[in-house]
Amino acid sequence: MEDLDSIYTDIIMEHSMATYNKRNLTDPTEKEHGHNPSCGDDITLEVKMNGDIIEDLSFTGHGCAISQASTSIMIDLLKGRTKQEAVELINIFLKMIKREDVTEEEQQRLEDAIALKNISNMPARVKCAELAWYTMQNLIEKI
Amino acid sequence: MTSYEIRKDFPILENKNIAYLDSGATTQKPVQVLKAVNDFYREANANPHRGAYKLSIAATEKYDEARYKVAKFINAKYSEEIVFTRNATESLNLLAYSYGLENIKKDDKIVISIMEHHSNLVPWQYVSKKNGAKLDYMYVNQEGEIPINEINNKITSGVKLVGITQVSNVLGTINPIKEIVKKAHSVGAIVVVDASQSAPHMKIDVQDLDADFLVFSGHKMLSPLGIGVLYGKKELLDKMKPFLYGGDMIEYVYEQDTTYAPVPTKFEAGTQNVGGAVGLSASIDYLENIGMDNVEKIERELMEYAIPKLKELDFVTLYGPKDLSKHTAVISFNVKGIHPHDVSSILDSENVCIRSGNHCAQPLLRYMGIDSTCRASFYIYNTKEDVDRLINALLKTKDMFAKWIK
Repeated sequence: MEDLDSIYTDIIMEHSMATYNKRNLTDPTEKEHGHNPSCGDDITLEVKMNGDIIEDLSFTGHGCAISQASTSIMIDLLKGRTKQEAVELINIFLKMIKREDVTEEEQQRLEDAIALKNISNMPARVKCAELAWYTMQNLIEKI
Repeated sequence: MTSYEIRKDFPILENKNIAYLDSGATTQKPVQVLKAVNDFYREANANPHRGAYKLSIAATEKYDEARYKVAKFINAKYSEEIVFTRNATESLNLLAYSYGLENIKKDDKIVISIMEHHSNLVPWQYVSKKNGAKLDYMYVNQEGEIPINEINNKITSGVKLVGITQVSNVLGTINPIKEIVKKAHSVGAIVVVDASQSAPHMKIDVQDLDADFLVFSGHKMLSPLGIGVLYGKKELLDKMKPFLYGGDMIEYVYEQDTTYAPVPTKFEAGTQNVGGAVGLSASIDYLENIGMDNVEKIERELMEYAIPKLKELDFVTLYGPKDLSKHTAVISFNVKGIHPHDVSSILDSENVCIRSGNHCAQPLLRYMGIDSTCRASFYIYNTKEDVDRLINALLKTKDMFAKWIK
């Protein structure tokens, strides 16, 4: 249960139930679909760019608590950032999930996304946490 | 013999103190099977069919013996009708390439059910696209059964091949194979039966079913991974082209031409998995010692104990036939408000192993309007205590999530 308690935390569960980032944008600049074929997590990210700035970001779709929370947390983190900042933050997050070295300073930049750090203790769920971030990487490449 | 006695033969279940409820994915292996495989590698391992020395002959004999045993297990007319493959998926691909691509023509129809595993779906999709045939589906009703009128409406003239699973790996539905075969033969179609979820659990008689082809995997019936079976009527196998080309499947090889060995060797290119076949043979011995009637009875009792218990949980939604006589011990369900993947993680923390996801049956789940399910699948080594552990773990899951679910 210890591992579980460090994963199903209030912050993750509140994000997984929250709906404010789960919506369609009226005039998205670009969309990107991502899914995990084995478990069925399936999300679509929509972004509205203002020059180089991610002005708005949202998602639709379905999946487990971990994938939904991770998506919502990522959206909170990346909204208002430049493309370059977003790329950096995504890389830090993916490094953290893969248990690669992440500096204290880098960790702090992740804000709430730090809550997903312990997912690396549950290998079966790592993909759930990564889905949104990889999808966002692909989305950034398109814009 | 009871499941309590049977369980003692499965060290992994005792050592890990788990309620293993994922036998639909793969079963655990009894010590008798592990010993048979071990003995083979210690006493009789050599390349079969090739050597003129005693050890190679011993390996060949073991391999042939396994084939006889499988033939008898499913009541095939000839042992040559048994082709060893890696698993059911490879058997179905063999059929798609060696039968499907060669015999399904433009505008012909292939009919399969919506509850097929991807392995009995994607190969036929490939054949139909490649040859310009039409792929049609028999759909299920609310209870996850294929109604008789659906069978009669879909299997009509122009249908050349019908693919059907005997038991759904998602819903546990037992399909009326004999009726489907009869209907298919009346319109001149051949039938491919996927017995992956049935051969380990019930008596199969291919002659009684009159199935043209039938496939299953050894690893879902106590055997090691990597050994599977394709049964085919001899007259059909004889006419088919090989699937894989290479060593041992030939008769004469010239610089520009080759003649092929007779069935089943024609379909078994390369060094055969004798160790796997020996394991499968030992699994059949193990199952027949219990008796397939008894296997069915043990599983039925577990299913009939589990389903009412699950029904008592008001936060659980059950899928599959309400008529339990059409239901095997494969049980799909969902916990309201909690994704199956989360349920499965929490059950895992209680050492209860279930499957979550789409179970390689995306079209079925899409048709049913759900994204994924939890699946508990039982086998002869499971006990009522395993069911109780599942129920208790589900109650814990609900409690754990209660504060967040609105």
